[in-house]
Amino acid sequence: MKLNIQSYHIFPLGDAAMTIDYGNIIEESINREVIKRAKQLKNNLAAVSEIIPAYSSLTIFFDLLKIKKLAPANTLAFDYLKEQVDQLLQQPLDEENNEERLMKIPVCYEEGFSKDLDQTASSKNISREEVVSLHYSKIYRVYMLGFLPGFSYMGVVSDSIAMPRKSHPQHVASGSVGIAGRQTGIYPMATPGGWQIIGRTPLKLFEANAHEPSLFKAGDSVQFYPISKPDFYEIQNSSLSAEGDRG
Amino acid sequence: MNLRIIKGGVLDTVQDMGRTGWQHQGINPGGAMDKLSAQVANILVGNDRNEAVIEIHFPASSFFFEQPTLISLCGADFSASINGDEVPLLHPILVSKYSILQFHESVAGARVYLAVHGGLNLSKWLNSYSTNIKAAAGGHQGRALQKDDEIGFRLSKDFCPFINKQEFIVLPWKAGNTWTGENPGEIFVLPGNEWAWLTEESKEKINDQLFVITIQSDRMGYQLSGDPLSVTNSEEVVSSGVNFGTIQILPDGQLIVLMADHQTTGGYPKIGHVISAHHHALAQMKPGNTIHFRITDLQTAEELFLKQEQHLLQLQNACAFRLDTFIKI
Repeated sequence: MKLNIQSYHIFPLGDAAMTIDYGNIIEESINREVIKRAKQLKNNLAAVSEIIPAYSSLTIFFDLLKIKKLAPANTLAFDYLKEQVDQLLQQPLDEENNEERLMKIPVCYEEGFSKDLDQTASSKNISREEVVSLHYSKIYRVYMLGFLPGFSYMGVVSDSIAMPRKSHPQHVASGSVGIAGRQTGIYPMATPGGWQIIGRTPLKLFEANAHEPSLFKAGDSVQFYPISKPDFYEIQNSSLSAEGDRG
Repeated sequence: MNLRIIKGGVLDTVQDMGRTGWQHQGINPGGAMDKLSAQVANILVGNDRNEAVIEIHFPASSFFFEQPTLISLCGADFSASINGDEVPLLHPILVSKYSILQFHESVAGARVYLAVHGGLNLSKWLNSYSTNIKAAAGGHQGRALQKDDEIGFRLSKDFCPFINKQEFIVLPWKAGNTWTGENPGEIFVLPGNEWAWLTEESKEKINDQLFVITIQSDRMGYQLSGDPLSVTNSEEVVSSGVNFGTIQILPDGQLIVLMADHQTTGGYPKIGHVISAHHHALAQMKPGNTIHFRITDLQTAEELFLKQEQHLLQLQNACAFRLDTFIKI
């Protein structure tokens, strides 16, 4: 299949970074392109320190001093790098080598782990059980990581359980599963947060000393499955990892 | 062979130039807030510019040196003393065994950097010494320093012969001041992607009005207070990468400037970015200080950055020469 080259615009994010923006939109095909392009650019650009893929954009951080040395005199580092980026983005990418994984994540939706579930159910005029089954009956995509170490932005949840963020952040326990708009995500550590909490996973999503500290990466598919409280504690104690390869 | 904390401070952490390459996992770069001062501190003691330093806030920790060494202090003036005698910023200082470094008063600036010759004997996490408190990793045990912590020196020279019986010796060369005080003049800003969203009146206000740094300001970001600004577009922005110095406009029209421990991504409109060459000045400002922004362009930003780099290179060469000559005596 031939891929269309997506339209984008590039803007400076300060003097040592630039963002390639594919539009203010959450869409799977664009996100897939973003993740592939991140890899392509990382492998083909000199003096780039890192690239953050987000929903529909890529941010390139570069070493301003090194780029200035590479660039012809009187050329802005931004213009010099942008030209190379434009060239690379004109090259079509092959469809193959899709490394997207399916991660199965146990979630306990029971009381004590789901402080905003009742509120969600009543404001959506459905039962607790319906919120829960709507949440786990869909496979989600990890669009990006951000906010906190290992925090995954997944989507999109059914409109029937989409909920606005809280107006004030509240304390959230590690492993809490939340909803914000049509996004869902898991807090990898205890923190103040504004998402509506409907469950909790016993899995550790972030282990600082692991080779890859974050369990998830952008592009993963995630399937939640409901577990009981005893199961929650059993999994927590046996420190099982997700049914996916962490390497 | 240790540096011992004999009194805890409010927030003293090990930092370097930051952790690059992990933002795609949500791990923020962190690093020293005032990277210029941290680099100068390292240069003065003959270290690599990216060596681990201790970033000290006020009220500060007190440090006990179990071994003679060469140190330097750069950044804020917290009225430092060794064994009760005042010591200056921006000089290499030989410190004798069993000396105590203390900080007495917040005179000017927000954070001071302590560099030790040869660096600190710590392990890197994801290729950086910077402390990431959220991830509880990096630096010294992934947290701020506490009373009774001990950090080893990675000492490579024996300074005993130079010190003799003196308690400390301030070496007679000095780096130029790295910061411009709490009124650094104008902080230069590049327009952000959503700059055009601001009303004409608000654009003028960015240049003309003073913004006060509020008490809700820390290593993550500075929340500013001023006449609220307005945008003509209320579209929600899908989260994307942000940067040290990124200025976002909040729904209430106030601004927030992202600093070293900023989140990797954000969804508020980005109206501007403080230029790299002015990050250090911003990093030495504290709650209550006022910021005067000035919109500039990429060319100016790059020129000022290159000038700063040249200054650091010259300083590095000069200090290496002085230090080598001194140690060979």
